[in-house]
Amino acid sequence: MAEKRVLMKGNEVIAEAALRAGCRNYFGYPITPQTEVMHYMAKKMVQIGGNFVQAESEVAAINMVYGAAAAGFRVMTSSSSPGISLKQEGISYIAGAELPAVVVNIVRAGPGLGGILPAQSDYFQATKGGGHGDYRNIVIAPASVQELYEMTVEAFNLADKYRMLAMIMGDGTLGQMMEPVAFRDVEPIVNVEKPWAASGRNGRAEHNVVTSIYINPDDLEAKNNELKAKYDYIEENEVRFEEINCEDADIVLVAYSTCSRICKNVMKQAAQKGLKVGMLRPITLWPFPHKKINEIAAKSNVKAFLSVELSNGQMVEDVKLAVNGQKPVHFFGRNGGNLPSQKEILDRIIEINENPMGGAL
Amino acid sequence: MAVVFEATKGLTGKPFHYCPGCTHGIIHRLIGEVMCELGILEETVSVASVGCSYNSYEYFACDAVQAAHGRAPAVATGIKRNIKDKFVFTYQGDGDLASIGAAEITHAAARGEKITAFFVNNAVYGMTSGQMAPTTLLGQVTTTSPFGRDASYQGYPINVSELLSNLTGSAYIERVCLTDYKNIQAAKKAIKQAFLAQQANLGFTMVEFLSTCPTNWGKEPLEAMDWLKEKMLPQYPLGVYKGADIDFKKLEADFKAARGGENA
Amino acid sequence: MIDFSIILAGFGGQGILSAGKMAAEAALYEGKEVSWFPSYGPEMRGGTANCSVVISDEPIGSPVVNDADVLICLNQPSVEKFESYLKPGGILIIDSSLFTVEPTRTDIKFIPMGASQIATDLGNMAFATISMLGCMSEATGCFSKESFESALYQILPERRHKFIPGNMEAFSKGAEFAK
Repeated sequence: MAEKRVLMKGNEVIAEAALRAGCRNYFGYPITPQTEVMHYMAKKMVQIGGNFVQAESEVAAINMVYGAAAAGFRVMTSSSSPGISLKQEGISYIAGAELPAVVVNIVRAGPGLGGILPAQSDYFQATKGGGHGDYRNIVIAPASVQELYEMTVEAFNLADKYRMLAMIMGDGTLGQMMEPVAFRDVEPIVNVEKPWAASGRNGRAEHNVVTSIYINPDDLEAKNNELKAKYDYIEENEVRFEEINCEDADIVLVAYSTCSRICKNVMKQAAQKGLKVGMLRPITLWPFPHKKINEIAAKSNVKAFLSVELSNGQMVEDVKLAVNGQKPVHFFGRNGGNLPSQKEILDRIIEINENPMGGAL
Repeated sequence: MAVVFEATKGLTGKPFHYCPGCTHGIIHRLIGEVMCELGILEETVSVASVGCSYNSYEYFACDAVQAAHGRAPAVATGIKRNIKDKFVFTYQGDGDLASIGAAEITHAAARGEKITAFFVNNAVYGMTSGQMAPTTLLGQVTTTSPFGRDASYQGYPINVSELLSNLTGSAYIERVCLTDYKNIQAAKKAIKQAFLAQQANLGFTMVEFLSTCPTNWGKEPLEAMDWLKEKMLPQYPLGVYKGADIDFKKLEADFKAARGGENA
Repeated sequence: MIDFSIILAGFGGQGILSAGKMAAEAALYEGKEVSWFPSYGPEMRGGTANCSVVISDEPIGSPVVNDADVLICLNQPSVEKFESYLKPGGILIIDSSLFTVEPTRTDIKFIPMGASQIATDLGNMAFATISMLGCMSEATGCFSKESFESALYQILPERRHKFIPGNMEAFSKGAEFAK
């Protein structure tokens, strides 16, 4: 029998995935284009006896997340770019206190109030920190509604496993679009013991304290080094990507999420024109597939890379670091809420194919 | 020899770092004592804030979560919603609660969150060295109101208990001070009543403690007590601002009965 | 079938978004890959509304349509805005009960149809877009009438099943315009 698939909006699927992952806490504040996550939670979370609070601000919402996580419960918030900026304080505290939590960013175009249409211009913010201090978040970039389901569940498991924040990075396209989704069983929901949680001693001899304060510089340095070791381990073990036709590619596209979908169509058109175009699609933006890109860059067939983004050039910096000068790296992006057309990307590929060094960054 | 006073098990016993003459220590002790007397120490989570009491979690023997500046009521909300049958309190100063955290405390009260805020009002920022607070009195000299707080320039003090008592979601709000034995006992009673009202799910509860800051006020400890009585009490009158009609005797009797008299 | 794409456009409140969803549901019923992507903006009521639907045998690349096989328009501004998005040989279907327009493109097939008249005759204005889907189905074979009907039974709550025969009548009347 064929697998049952239902047509659902990306935002709703994120919420449904969280519920299926055992998340019983959602705290949020309205902002376009992610409000359907909140609407879905407002109804379904309450119906199953979980906690839904429409907070007074994004700042309050992320701190409610911090509280629920500190007490040892699975918890999620969602927002879009300006709201995620407001949450950065709490995100830094979550990193410092090593709390598991899932944050969804359905990215819209910035800076400032910007616009409400799709963008990938929060890449720096998501992958390079965002808030203060030396820390990382796991950043996952699904490219379809089906992946939104599977990877949101995965985000909860990773957050618990590593006691850190996992972010789902979508954009207005992914959040607003409907696609069929099969709520197939994903990896068993990992239920991690949380002996560190502060939810009342209940017979424990010592009290648990959840904090990010280390006033003594040696203590703080030791803590930060501990975090660094954890991040290093994750960079070794949790990188996810999709590699398509890179074996004999002349040009390798690097694109994630919505852009990677457009690029897949472009690859078909390029093939019709006899162009050999491959793609490396990062699924985790942090940890970034540096090693894989570096390996591809070392292949003799590869002439150049083209990073395609809904930004003015953010991920391309990581691509350059990964390629490390072995091959020229080009950039093509649209921003402000515009999506690149297939033709625009194909034209750029043709230019690069004719002159791989021309216009390289 | 008869034991007439013992350190409460509600505190960890770690020596306080607070300045001589500051009443944080008294408030900590009272909260610790009440947790033990009600028998709720093992089912309470405290939320520390930012300010002089940033590390109150080192003193309270219950579980604890440290919160970002002003956000303790939001953090407490996230905790309490998951442990509805337990106790959650925040411990916040006036800068934390009434300035940067004004939104969080107001909405926690408006939502009627079943949490207790212990609000320590000493009319000044302590840890950051004596800046003007939202509760600084008119005319009071601080490092950021060096000519005295001038209403035409810096506005007026905020009376938090009065403000929050106007919200339907708040169930019990009382302002107390710690200037003498009688007031200390009244403060302890208020703490107990706040926990009882929280346990009975009546809504948001808060105890505001008028407190001294000899260091930043530039006064000797006893002098500071006198200044509190003389200057702060007229601006911040003591009393029950919300929940005067609650029958706490009955709440306590019900609470003890529900626990089979184990903690009576 | 690879990336058969549809743009539906009109005023908010004309049922554009739900018509697009029903087209996607019918194709999904046939086991196709589908995507539906709405315009979303600050207007809640009365503004313009449009959505893109892609139907394919293969995983869908972009849900955003720049070259449509079919353009369904319920107002004139939509024709002006989206006519250029049609592929050569594409089909423009308009509700000629509401407005008239002459397409500027000569390389497309133009089907003006009295969709709102069909809906009025059947006593339910929601049937206007359904009749246009019937026209599209007949003209392109993007999904069958039977699939459309089965999908309706699957997705509509039981209390609304009584409206399905009316829907199918509108669908069939719309299909007449493609013959």
